[in-house]
Amino acid sequence: MPLDNTESQTRKFKVVGTRPIRPDGIDKVTGRARFGADAVAPGMLIGRILRSPHAHAKIKSIDASKALKLEGVKAVVTRDDFPDKTDGDAALYDVLYNVMAREKALYEGHAVAAVAATSASVARQALKLIKVDYEVLPHVTDVDEAMKPSAPVLHAKIFTDGVEPKPKKASNVVRRYEFGHGDVDAGFKKADVIVEQSFKTEATHQGYIEPHACLANVGTDGQGELWVCTQGHFMVRDTCARLLGMDMSKLRVTASEIGGGFGGKTTVFIEPVALALSRKANRPVKVVMSRDEVFKATGPTSSSSIDVKIGCTRDGRIVAGDATLRYQGGAFAGSPVEFGAMTAFAQYDLDNVRAIGYDVVCNRPKQAAYRAPGAPMANFAIESVIEELAHKVGMEPIDFRIKNAAREGTKSSYGPVYGPIGLLATLQKAREHPHFRAPLGKNQGRGMACGFWFNFGGQSCVTLNIGVDGTVGVVTGSPDIGGSRASMCLMTAEELGIPYEKVRSVVTDTGSLGYNDVTDGSRTTFATGMACILAARDAIKKLCARAAQIWGIPEDAVTWDAGFAKPAGGNAGNFPPMSLKEIAAQAASTGGPIAGHHEYSADGAGVSFATHICDSEVDPETGFTKILRYTVLQDAGKAVHPSYVEGQFQGGAVQGIGWALNEEYIYGKDGRLQNAGFLDYRIPVCSDLPMIDTVILEIPNPGHPYGVRGVGETSIVPPLAAVANSVSAAVGVRMCETPISPPKLLAALDRKSGMKKAAE
Amino acid sequence: MAKVIIWSSLKSHTGGEANLEIAAANVKDLLARLGETYPGLQPQLQRGVSVSIDGVIFRDGWLQPLKPDSEVVLLPRMVGG
Repeated sequence: MPLDNTESQTRKFKVVGTRPIRPDGIDKVTGRARFGADAVAPGMLIGRILRSPHAHAKIKSIDASKALKLEGVKAVVTRDDFPDKTDGDAALYDVLYNVMAREKALYEGHAVAAVAATSASVARQALKLIKVDYEVLPHVTDVDEAMKPSAPVLHAKIFTDGVEPKPKKASNVVRRYEFGHGDVDAGFKKADVIVEQSFKTEATHQGYIEPHACLANVGTDGQGELWVCTQGHFMVRDTCARLLGMDMSKLRVTASEIGGGFGGKTTVFIEPVALALSRKANRPVKVVMSRDEVFKATGPTSSSSIDVKIGCTRDGRIVAGDATLRYQGGAFAGSPVEFGAMTAFAQYDLDNVRAIGYDVVCNRPKQAAYRAPGAPMANFAIESVIEELAHKVGMEPIDFRIKNAAREGTKSSYGPVYGPIGLLATLQKAREHPHFRAPLGKNQGRGMACGFWFNFGGQSCVTLNIGVDGTVGVVTGSPDIGGSRASMCLMTAEELGIPYEKVRSVVTDTGSLGYNDVTDGSRTTFATGMACILAARDAIKKLCARAAQIWGIPEDAVTWDAGFAKPAGGNAGNFPPMSLKEIAAQAASTGGPIAGHHEYSADGAGVSFATHICDSEVDPETGFTKILRYTVLQDAGKAVHPSYVEGQFQGGAVQGIGWALNEEYIYGKDGRLQNAGFLDYRIPVCSDLPMIDTVILEIPNPGHPYGVRGVGETSIVPPLAAVANSVSAAVGVRMCETPISPPKLLAALDRKSGMKKAAE
Repeated sequence: MAKVIIWSSLKSHTGGEANLEIAAANVKDLLARLGETYPGLQPQLQRGVSVSIDGVIFRDGWLQPLKPDSEVVLLPRMVGG
């Protein structure tokens, strides 16, 4: 039965919307919190992984005999230890192939063997003794190069899907997507002004501070345990069990604290390897990635190449938009290009729109999700052209966007008609914001961009246990990567009518609760939070029933109000309200423990929009860009813990600024990554940035009892374009490639200077 | 009959038509009938899809009921980061 969420529009909150201290704060600042690498077990071995030095090579043979003879080596695993149990599931087979290379190594860093030894030094020595006979093959790492007919083909089985007729020759183009509606060609005929440009973005890594780490322990009885740093331990359990042929119920997975994920910890890399080593050695095995391994062998996001054409009338109404997006997703199918194509024009109300996407493979690590996967690159291209169009028709970019903004009733570029959405509200708030009126100096520019992300709900399962002292434990299975435990406590306390301090939230293991989807898709505060609310309502029913029994009146004659059971009316009897604590204290004598529970698959997450404003200054001598001021305006539906919402806005903006200005995967001609470390892969740090200003808008989501929308991903969508528009304004040259690094800026300034001189 | 809108690159499997009409009581029923009627859609249906029903996105809502005049938009299966 659908939820009646009409109260979300009018509800007065007592606890939700406050800013209590985070429940995991003390643990994290004192070092008491246990992260992935902190797990230990008696008799533990250290696992290390041998990785391909080649971007593309046939693995002719692997000889581990010398390594196995080394004292202290207890197990070696190779492709032979990972038989294909994927039963025709192509996506799962790709995970298997990525976890341990099979007939070919498909990128530098691809795992080819692993050892478990009594110490890290023995494990490292053993890796050197494993002889791998490679036949090096030609490689390709650029998306446009990978699409050429002459490119080295990674997989003989890829024949481009989504084109007619289906090709008979294998290529690196996995699939073609097309979204849109109307007649684009007819639309362009009505245009007075058309801007057409091409863009490129380089791959970036999520840059989480904590490397992947796990400890596996599999016994001879086939039962196993795994402690792991992940965004989704139920996903880890299911994936590992399927890859290794284990019963899911026999593998118990516990999620550690997590030092960042941002989408990059939504799949498995080292976990099946650690389990296979443990199973073979019959000892616990711990595997911790080095930073070099994190860069080379986990999933960065896609790099992209995008063409955009948008036309509008003289008065600034867009009549047609067309984009072709090419994303490489590393060595396997599955770049998020379809989401790039779907989100590209999602912020505009268009009669004629088309977005074509190509999913491409090349010799790079298998991409993984990164906040709003696929959207930032598309947004960079579209919002850059929007800015150019506005200038060409002589309109303020913000007015141009307001004129064309999607609103309730707009048919979105990806198909559905929008319900209540907050895009216009963010634009109007942006126009009123003091940032928009702040003066700019020499070599300074201002840019803006609007962004969109879908959000989703997914599966959540929550148990809520009421202690006899009236305190409450909320048990969820959603790893806390962005402060969700505080939000779970706030929503539970709000619903039960008790103080926040009386509630504690715990993330439990896979053996103790029903399945929970990965913490991704901006889903946890929305979906797991809603499960907490509904579990609390389940507990309230039971609390009311206990009060009714104690009073000797019918259960339906008792209501719950602000933490107390009360007779529903005068006819129900004259009993003083009984608090949750008083009912709980009598639990043992009135029927036993009191608990609430809810499990479901949540939908109705509600889409999300944001507007960002950026001021920057460019040093024309060095090409260095300084971000002077940055403001994020986003609809949160209802901010459960406003500080965490602001943190999500700021975090997404900062990661987007890094993507725009500094971060990139740099490959040599040999197809090897040149900058696999934080010294050479430069993420922004606090001293690089101003305080990111935030404005939270609260337009209730009708799909949630409190009106909550996910907020974790949308904030990374607009920054690439906002920064690019700002820098382009500062230097007077359109910057079409990220990162907008000093060499690119200086080259652009040189071109501008050259053109100026030629004109003179 | 629910109105079903598929994304453009799937039209090659439906005789060039993006707007379809399918009689179905819920999403599960609708996806099954789509696959039966247009076998070329099966690979995508097996890879995974989400749907929007009258503007609300459902990632996994197989049992979500459909009204006779519902507008269902087929979408690639939603992912997140």
